[in-house]
Amino acid sequence: MTKNTRFSRSVTRDRIVGKVYKFGNNINTDVIYPGKYLSITTDNQEMARHCFETVYPDFLTTAQPGDIIVAGKNFGCGSSREQAAACLKYFGISLILAESFARIFFRNAINLGLPVLIVPNITQHVVHNDTLEINFKSGIIKNMKNGEELQAVKLPPFILGIISAGGLIPYLKNRCAGHE
Amino acid sequence: MSTVAEKILARVSGNKKVMPNEIVMARVDVAMSHENADVVLRSFREIGVKQVWDKDRIVILFDHRIPAESEKSAITHKRLREFVKEQGIKHFYDLREGICHQILPEFGHCRPGELLVGTDSHTTTHGAFGTFATGIGATEMSGVWATGELWLKIPETIEVTLCGTLKQYVSAKDVILHIVGTLGADGANYKAVEFTGETIGRMSIASRMVLSNLSMEMGAKVAFVVPDDETVSYVKARTSKEFKVIGPDPDAHYCKEISIDVTDLGSQVACPHSVDNVKLVREVAGTRIHQALIGSCTNGRLEDLSTAAAILQGKTIHPDVRLLIIPASRKIYLEAIKHGFIETFINAGALILNPGCGPCLGAHQGLLAPGEVCIATTNRNFKGRMGSAESFVYLASPATVAFSALTGAITEPG
Ligand code: SF4
Repeated sequence: MTKNTRFSRSVTRDRIVGKVYKFGNNINTDVIYPGKYLSITTDNQEMARHCFETVYPDFLTTAQPGDIIVAGKNFGCGSSREQAAACLKYFGISLILAESFARIFFRNAINLGLPVLIVPNITQHVVHNDTLEINFKSGIIKNMKNGEELQAVKLPPFILGIISAGGLIPYLKNRCAGHE
Repeated sequence: MSTVAEKILARVSGNKKVMPNEIVMARVDVAMSHENADVVLRSFREIGVKQVWDKDRIVILFDHRIPAESEKSAITHKRLREFVKEQGIKHFYDLREGICHQILPEFGHCRPGELLVGTDSHTTTHGAFGTFATGIGATEMSGVWATGELWLKIPETIEVTLCGTLKQYVSAKDVILHIVGTLGADGANYKAVEFTGETIGRMSIASRMVLSNLSMEMGAKVAFVVPDDETVSYVKARTSKEFKVIGPDPDAHYCKEISIDVTDLGSQVACPHSVDNVKLVREVAGTRIHQALIGSCTNGRLEDLSTAAAILQGKTIHPDVRLLIIPASRKIYLEAIKHGFIETFINAGALILNPGCGPCLGAHQGLLAPGEVCIATTNRNFKGRMGSAESFVYLASPATVAFSALTGAITEPG
């Protein structure tokens, strides 16, 4: 689960720095992960090769592992497919900051260990290619370009625990083995 | 100050009070899975725990593919039967009982004030008993099996008040189709819904379940009908467990309040290919149909069969139509036999299928060919849901489906 050392290291350090890849409102899971690839469920690298492929094909050539997705309202709406969160995680997206998330996407992301934070009005303060520095625990976001600070909605400690363990299954593995 | 959702989630998370958007760790009272327990099982084994957290709080049953339609399903069933034995899971209902969303209440697993999670999106159905009931993913369920806990975000609540008396042949299904059509497929995303008002007070338990069931199709996380005396006696007759009815505080805060007078409501139909594409039956009347289906976790209960039987009594369905009837459970099936409904259906030319999901999810038992049209009492009409991606599914009440089966075209009841 923690194959992508880049972001798992960042999360345990509670600090994430990355370049912004920006989207608008209502980005649905069909856009994030096209239905025709739904039969891929275990090949992580293959899943990562199809993020946003049909509607935003530029993503695959211009986004970099470690990038931060910034989006408007209702990110991840539509079908409940877990692959939508999984493909972004395996692509190496370090964090998603959105004004709001669709219910099941939000759950899937956390349970798969993909960091997500809700940040009111973020699309008005951040533009494509900005660089952000995020303290994941405190939820403070600093725009390195102009020094502006934003506050994300704070996540409770056990959710942070699930994310930093790399998802629900490794989290429970540790917990049930008495490590926590 | 608090809504039903807030009060129940405060109770199961050990908090005095919780606020919308807060995230809490909650203790689960009942955890239900059907055949997809097989996916849960795979993650459960990965976690590495030997024993489930509480073998008396897990319910496993088979309803989606019964009797097994393929060797793959047969193997799934077999593996789960073995797991149930291995763990000593008490509440296991093999393929003889019926659909999960009917079996849970029938066997006393839906109790007011409790937290019930299921690996099925229409788990919202059980909100009709004042239970906080919601659908979760298979990975999350494996966590519940291991620990008995899961995290939940406190939803905001929409209050829907219904007043007035329904016309003949207009039912709870028409009411909720109208609401889904008005609010839209995401009209209640992440939200709780509380149904209230004098109309609900006069509705049967089965009708209230229709409201909670279809609320899923506007994104609701949970959909309550606040329990009254009828709910309490229904539940008491089926469980010896203690429970406490939880209602909203008089000054509870709602993010939206909607009032609907149902007096003049006409029969409704959700047209292809989305549940919120709702029209009046008379707007699409005359559309030729090939198949008609009465059943599913939405409308396969005794009152639905009774309505249909009264319409079909002494008549024969249109020769070009296949009418499928699927009682939602074995108990309902037996009752329908006692009342003579089954005989009426067979005489009318219908085919009776074993209690279960039938073709609702497009797995077996009555799939559609390209170009074919089905009118069904089910809850989803997405492209390809019931067979070919080029077929068409209309969703309507049992009365509308029965009248349409007689004429061979979508027909306004009456
Ligand atoms: S009847 Fe249809 S909607 Fe209901 S549980 Fe079965 S497959 Fe799902």
